[in-house]
Amino acid sequence: MIRLPPVPGEWIDRSTVVPFTFEGKTYQGYAGDTISSALLGAGEKVLGRSFKYHRARGVLSLANHDVNAVCQWGDRPNVRADVTQLQANMNLTAVNTFGGLDSDKARILGTFARFMPVGFYYKAFHSKLLFPLWERMFRGMTGLGKVSFDTPHIRTPKRYDFCDVLVIGAGASGLVAALTAAEQGAEVTLIDENNRAGGSGGYALGAEASRMEQMTEQLNKVLAHPRIRLLTNTYAAGYYTDHWIALVCSDVLIKMRAKSVVVATGGYEQPAVFRNNDLPGIMLASAAQRLLYRYAVRPMQRAVVLTANQDGYRAALDLSAQGVEVVAVVDLRPDHLDGEPEQRVIALGIRVLSGYRIIEALPGAKGKSVAGARVGNGKSESETLPCDGIVMSVGWAPAANLLYQAGTRMRYTQSLEQFVPDILPPGVFACGRVNGVHTLSARRLDGQRAGSAAAAHAGFGDIREIVIPAETECPTHPWPIVAHPQGKNFVDFDEDLQLKDFENAVQEGFDNIELLKRFSTVGMGPSQGKHSNMNALRILAKLTGKEPQEVGTTTSRPFFHPVPMSLLGGRGFSPERRTPMHSRHTAFGAEWMMAGVWQRPEYYRRAGKDRLQCIQDEAVAVRQNVGLIDVGTLGKLEVIGPQAAELLERVYISNYANLKVGMTRYAVMCDESGVVVDDGVVGRLAEDHFYFTTTTSGAATIYRELSRLNTMWQLDCGIVNHTGSFAAVNLAGPQSRALLSRLTPLDLSAAAFPYLALREGVVAGIPARLMRVGFVGEWGYEIHVPANQGCAIWDALIAAGKEFDLRPFGVEAQRLLRLEKGHIIIGQDTDGLTNPFDVGLEWALKMNKPFFIGQRSLRVIDRQTRKQKLVGFILDAQFNSSVPQECHLVIDRGEIAGRVTSIAWSATLGCHIGLAFVRPELAEANTTINIRLTDRTTVSAKIARTPFYDPDNLKQKEPA
Amino acid sequence: MKIMTCPINGPRPVSEFFYWGEIRPMPDPDTCSDDVWADYVFNRNGAPGVKKEWWCHIASNTWFVAERDTAKDWVLRTYLIGDES
Repeated sequence: MIRLPPVPGEWIDRSTVVPFTFEGKTYQGYAGDTISSALLGAGEKVLGRSFKYHRARGVLSLANHDVNAVCQWGDRPNVRADVTQLQANMNLTAVNTFGGLDSDKARILGTFARFMPVGFYYKAFHSKLLFPLWERMFRGMTGLGKVSFDTPHIRTPKRYDFCDVLVIGAGASGLVAALTAAEQGAEVTLIDENNRAGGSGGYALGAEASRMEQMTEQLNKVLAHPRIRLLTNTYAAGYYTDHWIALVCSDVLIKMRAKSVVVATGGYEQPAVFRNNDLPGIMLASAAQRLLYRYAVRPMQRAVVLTANQDGYRAALDLSAQGVEVVAVVDLRPDHLDGEPEQRVIALGIRVLSGYRIIEALPGAKGKSVAGARVGNGKSESETLPCDGIVMSVGWAPAANLLYQAGTRMRYTQSLEQFVPDILPPGVFACGRVNGVHTLSARRLDGQRAGSAAAAHAGFGDIREIVIPAETECPTHPWPIVAHPQGKNFVDFDEDLQLKDFENAVQEGFDNIELLKRFSTVGMGPSQGKHSNMNALRILAKLTGKEPQEVGTTTSRPFFHPVPMSLLGGRGFSPERRTPMHSRHTAFGAEWMMAGVWQRPEYYRRAGKDRLQCIQDEAVAVRQNVGLIDVGTLGKLEVIGPQAAELLERVYISNYANLKVGMTRYAVMCDESGVVVDDGVVGRLAEDHFYFTTTTSGAATIYRELSRLNTMWQLDCGIVNHTGSFAAVNLAGPQSRALLSRLTPLDLSAAAFPYLALREGVVAGIPARLMRVGFVGEWGYEIHVPANQGCAIWDALIAAGKEFDLRPFGVEAQRLLRLEKGHIIIGQDTDGLTNPFDVGLEWALKMNKPFFIGQRSLRVIDRQTRKQKLVGFILDAQFNSSVPQECHLVIDRGEIAGRVTSIAWSATLGCHIGLAFVRPELAEANTTINIRLTDRTTVSAKIARTPFYDPDNLKQKEPA
Repeated sequence: MKIMTCPINGPRPVSEFFYWGEIRPMPDPDTCSDDVWADYVFNRNGAPGVKKEWWCHIASNTWFVAERDTAKDWVLRTYLIGDES
C-alpha cells in the first residue's frame, strides 16, 4: 500500500474519490490531492520527461520549485502537477515527450549528450547558413505544452485591495508576524500559496506531534482574529514600488497596496548534486514530508537520507514513523552536533554515516527508478546501499525574490552559508528562513519581531525589542556537490545542466554570474532558478576562487511563478470621447474615425456612393450652398483676469494686447525650441476676458501647460477648460448667413458682424458665442453653445437648412476644403521640428514683443539658413495614374529634397492639390518637383501659390 | 505602482499624475548667449540626486513641486509653488 492509513492533519478527503486519466491510463485520487500526489498515491513514480535529454523524472520539490511534472490538460498547457489540485475527470498528458511518457523516443538524446555541449544554442546559431536548419529542428524538439489557438479569450477584471500589513507566507514565522501585527491594531492580510496555511509546521515534524499542534494553535488564533484576513492558494507574483504587490489567486489577480510588508516566504530546499540525482524516487526531504503528512503517500519503501543539518534527521524520523525503512542517514559533515534529532535517529537503530556523501545513485530498469546509492567518505572503499528512494536535506536558499525586487541588499553569511537581508527598504520586513532564522522557536520569535515592526511602521503600536538567538548549527552545506567522470549530476533540472557544463562555460570565459546564466541557461527555465541558482553560484565561486558574496546573484524579476495569461489579460480600457451630437451623426450615417481621443464623423454615407464621392459631394455642398460640421472636439478655453492678455502674449507668437473686444485672431503656439506645437483662434469677450480654441488633439495638454505656466508666472488671471462643456459647430458656405439669419436676431451684416468678429447672442433661443471664421474658405460662423444644447442647435440648423440644401460634412471634407484654402493642420503639415518660418507663418510672428515662449530660439533660427519650406503643389489636370500620398518623398537629383504632407483631389479646382516640404531652392512657383511613390515610380508636380482657392479672400467680403 | 502625494488631494496612485520635468531657471533670453540658451532648451541633467520637479495631478489640474531623490526614487516632499518653506 502506498497510501498510508489516515494521517492526522492530512489534506485529502478520503470520502471523495476523484477519477482522472494520465497518459491515457485511468487513475483514482482523493479530493485534496494534487496531480502529483494522486499519481504517486496510485503507484506512478515517473511523472515527466526532462527538457533536453528526456530522462524520466518524478517528484523533486512538490512545491513548484522544479518542473519535473508538467502536464497538458485539454487546452491548458504547462499545468504544474505538483501544486495543481486534482479535479474530477481531468485528462492529462505529460508535456515534451515523443510518443508518450513511458517510452519517450527522444530519450535517445541522452546518449548524444556530448554532442550538445553547454552554450549549444549559441554555437548552433553561430553560422547564418545553418540557422534555418537548426531553427526548424529546435522548434520541433523544444518547448513544453501545446498552445491551442481555439482557446476562448478569458478576461479577468483585476481586483484592488488595501491593508495595513501584508504578510507573505503563512508558515511558522508568518503566522506569528500576522498575529503580532494584528494585536498591535493593524489590519493584516496574510497570504500563502498553498491550499492550507501552516507551512512546514504541518509536515517537518521529526515525528513530534507537538510541532503540528503548535502550528494548529497559531493558525486557529489567526483564523479567529477579526483583523486578519487569510488568503490561501494565493502567491505574491511581484513587488512593485511603494508596497504594491500583485497577488495571484486561483481565478483573479489582486493589486494589493500595503502600508508595510512582511516577507515570510521561507526557503527553497536545495538539491544535492551527484550522478543520477534526478532519478524518480530521489527527492528533497521537504517533498517527502509533504507527501507523508499532506497526502498520506509513502514516497518509497527503503530510503537513504542524505543530509547536512537537523532537518534531514527530522525527515528520517518522519519517514521511519510512517513505515519507511531508513537504510542510512548519510551526513556530509564529518563533525556535527549530536543534537536531539540525531540521538533519536540513533536510538531507532538507523545507521548514521558521518562525513559520507552519495557518489552516485544507481538506476533501476530504464532509468525509471532508483535501485541504490553508492556512498563513500573518500577514504575507505565505497559502499552500495540498496534503496528505492533517496531523500536530500543539504540546505536552504532564501526565497528572497520579493525582497530583491523591493531593493533589499543581501549579504552572504558564512555561519549560515546563506544570503540574508542586510539592508531592507523602509516598510519591508523579513522573518523566518528567508531572514536566516531556521530553528522553529526562533522563527516564531522572528515573526513576532517583524510583525511588531511592520505594524509600527504602518502606525500601529510600538516596536517590540526581541532578541533572536543565534543558530546552533549551520543549516546549509557550502558544497553539497560531487563530481563524477560520467556526469549526469544535475544542477538545473529544468534545463538538464550538469556540473561539467559549468566547468566548460567558465573555461570558455563566461565566468561572471550574469554571463554564466545566459550562456548556460541556468535558472532560465520555468522554475527560474529556485532549485538551481544557489548551487550554480557555489560552483562558479569555487571555479573562480571567489566568495559567494563576490559572485553575487542574478537579478530577480517578477513574476515569482508564471502567471496565467487569463489573469493578466484584463478588460481593454482606452476611453474615447463623443460630442453631444453623436447620436445625430449616427442617424445621418456617419462613418466614424478617431481624432485624438474623440470619435468624429469622417464623412456621412450616402446610398450608391463610395467614400471618395461622399467626401467630394460634401465639399462641393459647402462651396456651392452651405455645410455644417461638428467642431465640438476643439479645445475651448477661457482666460479671465486683469493679466489675461499678458498670459496670451507670453504663450502665443502674435499680439493679443491690442486685440479689440469682439474680435478674434489666429493664434500659433511654439515650444521653447521654437517648434510649432498648436494653433487656434483667440477671441476677446471683454478687456479681461478671452475665449480661445486649441487643436482637437492638443486640448488637454495645452490646458495643462498653460496652467503650469500660469502657476509659475503667478499672473493675475485664471484659466477655465470648457472643452467638454461647450458644443460647437461650423456653419459654412455662401448660404450660411441667410440660413443663420432665420434663427438669430443678431445683425449679420458685414458691417455689424465682420470677418473674424466674435459676438454673443441667441441662436434658435440658445445663448451662443459666434465667431466668423474662414477655415474652410467660405463665409461661415463657428457657433459655440452649452453642451446640453448641442443637439438643439444642431436640430435647429438642420431644420432651417432644408430650404438651403444644408449638408453636414465630416473631417475629410473639411481637410480638403482647408487644403484648397492653403491652411495648415498642425501635426499633419508640421512635425516635431517645424518652426513658423518653415510654414510661412512669418506674418503671425511678432518678434518685437518683450517675450513669448520660443522667441529666443526663433531669433537664433532666424539667423540661420532656411532648410525647408512648406509649399503648395498641383498635379497636371490630366494626371490619371497612381496619385502620390502623404509622406511620399520629393526627390531632387537623386537626393531626398522634401516630402508631401497633404494631398487631395479638388473637384472645385479640377486637379490634385497638395502641400509639401521642399528645400528652399525648389520653393519658387512653377518649379517642377519629382515625387517618388512607394513603387519607386516618379510623379512630377508643379509648385503653386497658396491659397489654391479664393487667393484674394473675396469670399469673406460682401459682394460689391 | 508609486504613490504621489498631491498637496491638495493627498496620496494618489502615480498614474493620476503628469510628470513635467525638473524645475530649471530660465536664463535671461535678452542677455544670455546662444550657447547658454541652447543648453537650457536642449540639455537635461540626468545625474541622479535630489531634484525639484514639476508634477500635476491631472484630475484636479493641480500643479505642484515634488522633491524627489532620483537615485532612490523616493519622493521626499511635495508642496504648492510658494509653499516651499
